[in-house]
Amino acid sequence: MDTFTTNIQLVYVLAAACFVAGLHLMNSPATARRGNQVSTAGMVIAVIITVVLLIHDGTVTGVGWTVIIVGALLGSVAGLHAARTVQMTAMPQLVSMFNAVGGGAAALVAVYGYLHDESAPGGVLGTTTVFTVLDVLIGSVTFTGSLIAAGKLQGLITGQPVIFKGGRLLNAALAVIAVGAAAFMLTTASLPALLIVVLAALAFGVLMVLPIGGADMPVVISLLNAFTGTAVAMAGFVIGNWALIVAGALVGASGGILTKLMADAMNRSLANIIIGGFGTGDSLVAAAVAGDAQIRAIAADDAAIQLAYASKVIIVPGYGLAAAQAQHGVAELASVLESHGIEVSYAIHPVAGRMPGHMNVLLAEANVPYPQLKEMDEINPEFARADVALVIGANDVTNPAARRPGSAISGMPILDVDQAKSIIVVKRSMGTGYAGIDNELYADPKTSMYFADAKRAVAELTAAVKTLVG
Amino acid sequence: MSTALVTDLTIFVLALLIGIEVIGKVPATLHTPLMSAANSIHGIVLIGAMLIGVSAHTVVGYVLAFVAAFFAAANVVGGYAVTGRMLKMFRRKAAPAEPATPGGAVNGAAQPQAAASSAPSEPSRRA
Repeated sequence: MDTFTTNIQLVYVLAAACFVAGLHLMNSPATARRGNQVSTAGMVIAVIITVVLLIHDGTVTGVGWTVIIVGALLGSVAGLHAARTVQMTAMPQLVSMFNAVGGGAAALVAVYGYLHDESAPGGVLGTTTVFTVLDVLIGSVTFTGSLIAAGKLQGLITGQPVIFKGGRLLNAALAVIAVGAAAFMLTTASLPALLIVVLAALAFGVLMVLPIGGADMPVVISLLNAFTGTAVAMAGFVIGNWALIVAGALVGASGGILTKLMADAMNRSLANIIIGGFGTGDSLVAAAVAGDAQIRAIAADDAAIQLAYASKVIIVPGYGLAAAQAQHGVAELASVLESHGIEVSYAIHPVAGRMPGHMNVLLAEANVPYPQLKEMDEINPEFARADVALVIGANDVTNPAARRPGSAISGMPILDVDQAKSIIVVKRSMGTGYAGIDNELYADPKTSMYFADAKRAVAELTAAVKTLVG
Repeated sequence: MSTALVTDLTIFVLALLIGIEVIGKVPATLHTPLMSAANSIHGIVLIGAMLIGVSAHTVVGYVLAFVAAFFAAANVVGGYAVTGRMLKMFRRKAAPAEPATPGGAVNGAAQPQAAASSAPSEPSRRA
C-alpha cells in the first residue's frame, strides 16, 4: 500500500468507529439522537473520502461520474421522500424496503465485481469468488424476501401465510440449485452459473417469505436485516473495503440479536417460523368461546369508574391498538388519568407490533414519555400492585395458559396481567389471537370484557373518565 | 490464504463481536430506531457502488452501477432521515418537550468516548 491508500484506509476505519460509537449511543433514548448524528457523520466521511479516492485514481470516465452521481441523487430523493412521509405504523414496511435495496445493492456490487474480474487479465480470483457468490446468494434472497415482506405488511400481498402444494419442495429444490451453482463457481468461472445463482436465490427469497404469517413479521424483518448486513460485509470482502466489512458485521450482529430476541419472545425456533408453524395470520374471525367459561362484559361507564378510582393503572397495548390507530386516544386517556394523580405506565411485550420495538415508536409518536414505556421484565413485578390492567388489542401475550405445558403457546414469555387487582380487556370480539387458542385471562373472575373497536373504546373511556374526575 | 484475506476476516469477526456487545445493551424501547439505524449503516454499500462505478466501461457496467448507487443512496439517506425523525419523538416528559435531563446527558456523554476510543484501536493496530 502506498501512503495515499493507507491514509484512505485509515479514514475508512474512522468511519467504522463512528458507526460503532453511534450504535453505542443508542443504549439510551437520551443519547440516541446524538448516536444517529455520529453515525451519519461516519457515513459522510466515508462517502467524501471515496470521492477523493476516485478523483485521485483519475480513471473514472465522464459517463461513470454521471451514472454514479445521478443514481445517488435520485436514490437520495426517493429515500428522503419515503422517510419524511412514512406513517409510523408503516415503519416495518419502510425498514423492509431499505433491507431490500441494501441487499440488492450488495448483490449488484458482487455481480459487477465478478463481471469486471472475468474480463480482466488473469480472470476471476479464487478466494474472492467465495465472497462473491455468498454476497450474490444472500443479497438476492434478501432483495426479494424483503420486497415480499414489505408487500405483506402493506397489505398488497395477503398477510395470511401463502402455502401451496409442493411449495416447500420447490423451495428446497431452489436452495439446492442456488447453492449447487454457487459451489460450481468456486472451481469454474462461469457467468451462466452466476445468473443461475441470482435467479434461484431471487425465487427462493419470494418462496421463503410467502408462507410466513403477518404476526411473525418481527422475526422475519430482523432476519432479513441480518442477511442484508452479511451481504454488505461480503461485498466488503469482494472489493476489499474495511468500512463495508465492519458496517456489514455490525448490522449482521444487530439483526441476529433482534432475531433471537423476537423468536424467544414468541417461544418459537427460527426454523419453526421459517418453515411455518401455526399461522392463520392475525385474522379477526370470531371463534367460539370455551364452553364453560364465564365472560363478564361491561360498558364504558363501568370501565371508566374502575379506572378513575384506581391509583395505579397499567396499559397493555397490542397490535390491535396500532391497527385501529388508537395510540393517540390512549395517550390522551392516560394523560387525563395522570392529571387526576393516577400512576400510568405501559407494559410493552417484545413482539407488540410488526417489528422489534414498534409499539414504543407508535406511543412515542403519540407523545407518551418514554420513561412510562416499560419492558416486560421491568413491568411484570408491578402488575400485582396495579389496580387496573387495561388490555387493548393484545391477546396471546397476556394468556396465562403460556405458563403451563400443553398449550400452543406454552413457554412463551407473557405479561403477568392476571396479577392485577382487576383487568379490563378492550376487544372487538371473542376472536382468538394469532396462536388460535382461547385466552384464559378472559374467563378470570377479575376480568371484564369491553367489546368495541379500540379507537372508539378509548374515546368513550376518556369521555366517561372526564365526567367522573371532572 | 493471503494476508489481506486474513486481515479482512479478523476485522469481520472482531466487528461482529463488538456489534453483539454494543447492540446487546440497546433497550427494547429503541429497537425500531436501532434497526432503522443499522439499516442506514448498511447503506455504506453506497461506497461499494461508487468504487465499481470507477471501472465501469460497458453499458451493463453502467446500468449495474446506476441501480446500485440508486438503491444504496436511498438506503443511506432515507435510513438516517427516518431514524432521526423517530428519535425526535422520544421524550422524557410529555407536553413541553424537555430535551433530556442533565443526568441522562452526562451518562451518555461519558460512555461513547470509551466506545470511540476502544473501537478503532482494534482495526488500526492492523493498518
